[in-house]
Amino acid sequence: MADFLQQVVSGLASGGIYASLALALVLIHRATGIINFAQGEMAMFTTYILWSLTSNHGWPYWPAFAATLLFAFVFGLGIHRFVIRPVERGSVLTIVIVTIGLLLILNGAATWIWTGEVRSVESPFPTRTIEVAGVTMSIQDLGTIAVVVGVVGILWLFFQFTKVGLALRAAAINPGESRLVGVRVSWMLGLGWGLAAVLGAVSGILAAPTVFLDPNMMAAILIYAFAAAVLGGIDSPAGAVVGGLLLGVGLNLLGQYVNFVGADLRLPAALLIILVVLLVKPSGLFGKPVVRRV
Amino acid sequence: MRRPDTRTLIPIVAYVVLCVVAFFLPFAISDFRAQQFAYVGIYFIALIGLNVLTGYTGLISLGHGAFMAIGGYTTAILVSDQGLKLGGHVFSSDLKDLWTIPIAALVCGIAGLLFGLPALRLSGLYLALATFAIAVSAPAVIKKFEDFTGGGSGINMFGLPGLTGGIDGVTVFGHHLTFNDWLYYLSWSIALLGLAIGWLLLRGRTGRAFRAVRDSETAAASAGVNLALYKTLAFGISAAYAGVAGALFAIANTFVNPDTFPIALSIFLLVGVVVGGLGSLYGLIAGAVFVYFMQISWAQQADRAIPDWVPWFGDLNTNSPGAPAVAFGVVLIAIMMLVPSGAAGLVRRLASLTQRVSGRS
Repeated sequence: MADFLQQVVSGLASGGIYASLALALVLIHRATGIINFAQGEMAMFTTYILWSLTSNHGWPYWPAFAATLLFAFVFGLGIHRFVIRPVERGSVLTIVIVTIGLLLILNGAATWIWTGEVRSVESPFPTRTIEVAGVTMSIQDLGTIAVVVGVVGILWLFFQFTKVGLALRAAAINPGESRLVGVRVSWMLGLGWGLAAVLGAVSGILAAPTVFLDPNMMAAILIYAFAAAVLGGIDSPAGAVVGGLLLGVGLNLLGQYVNFVGADLRLPAALLIILVVLLVKPSGLFGKPVVRRV
Repeated sequence: MRRPDTRTLIPIVAYVVLCVVAFFLPFAISDFRAQQFAYVGIYFIALIGLNVLTGYTGLISLGHGAFMAIGGYTTAILVSDQGLKLGGHVFSSDLKDLWTIPIAALVCGIAGLLFGLPALRLSGLYLALATFAIAVSAPAVIKKFEDFTGGGSGINMFGLPGLTGGIDGVTVFGHHLTFNDWLYYLSWSIALLGLAIGWLLLRGRTGRAFRAVRDSETAAASAGVNLALYKTLAFGISAAYAGVAGALFAIANTFVNPDTFPIALSIFLLVGVVVGGLGSLYGLIAGAVFVYFMQISWAQQADRAIPDWVPWFGDLNTNSPGAPAVAFGVVLIAIMMLVPSGAAGLVRRLASLTQRVSGRS
């Protein structure tokens, strides 16, 4: 039983990482109707910024963390302004291809600038373990969960209780009418991209100490985040968080207790989840079914 | 003036010209270049397949590399007589490589049909997402079934009796060809055959149905197009092309492992289709040339293109493996912003422009 609970806690930690990237995907999908295939690479790129600040420029961890999140925000805003906005009226195919283009650019640029070498990123949390009621938990896992909870909480407060948050929600739900009441819709969508980039950066930074930093580090995590977002309902922020945590715990237990799956078949398992959810209940656990009008 | 025949005539003339050029090209280029163009032919086949699905039917696939992997592994497993195990039963076969190509097409076609069935319910973004997940998880699946696929170390076919081509070359109809020339003729004969089949298929009833599905599913359904049938069919045909390309890729490489068909391959195929022109067949040759040569010779080109005195960019190390990806990404975005119809669209636009100019004078 203690072993089981231990697996649940470490599953929650990786689930938190999936959840924050899934939340980033959901934010962008709600605001602009796009699935951003470059979300993982954006996260990877910003994680390199953190690594470069702490390892090459000698910054202490937390100031570097804050600077990285700031960079991520401006980065996301810029990508929306200069890359996404010009094509936002295009077909689904156009937009998918453009985000794939972004994925290639960021992946290639990271390889180019920092070489493809695998780097280790320090963790702000000690690797020691503590024991609570007979269950051994690593402080790093607990720290990861705490950071994710903190970031998601702040974001929720922002959306729920500030004027800008309200404007953001309005712009996503009904751009036309929001414009009429004076919301600068295009800036709000850009802000959404910025916040999504921050969430992605958080997931990248938290994942880096365990998966190590290299240009392809986020490929698998992106698939898990897709699965989490689809599981929770691609338009539901709460769903993304719940989906991410469920997926993290589920995959961890599956990998641990089902021999056939092991560590190698987690990705195909996530793929299976995506397919099954899309086929059986495309709106996910928390989403609303979409009705198509002719 | 009504010219009822040009829509049939121009493609036929173009096809004949292409066949002649393809036949005589090896006489003009080195053996090494022939090998490179053989790969271009292989990419061309895969691009035709992807365009049937994405360009003509409007269904996005970011996972065609996975179908190529199925084709490649079909060939490798059938050619190599290495006692691969399937469910405890030792499976051995030393089929001649050429015979494995139609089998790969069949196996992949069936895989495509099977994937097409669930894909029917997915539209646009979701399909892109699901196919992307397939491409990312394919290597993990291949590695898992180690006994059958050789796992991470793959299957080596070099020197096996099943391979037609060897270091000494091949004699075909009394003519001796080097290995590379043989590879070239093999891939381009199949590519040209595939082009003809694709053209015949797309110009008739089936092609019309595909395009109707692409332009508006609702309108197509109300006009009596069986959406389920045509979407599944598009997947099957498209995957069969990818399977042939994968089989040829395996034969040309004489080796397959999970990294032969990475996620990048799926993405490069998409780049090729976009560069060549969504919904065009001939443009895909340009797409294939672009994707292949951009991957291998980008470094020298970029070094020449960017003079040393340009600040920062001048002394960038263009040899970095990341450089082609950056270039691909920039090209992809630039094309979607500026010429969404790709090379074929550019030619069409220029043609109509010259027509207008000459019509005026």
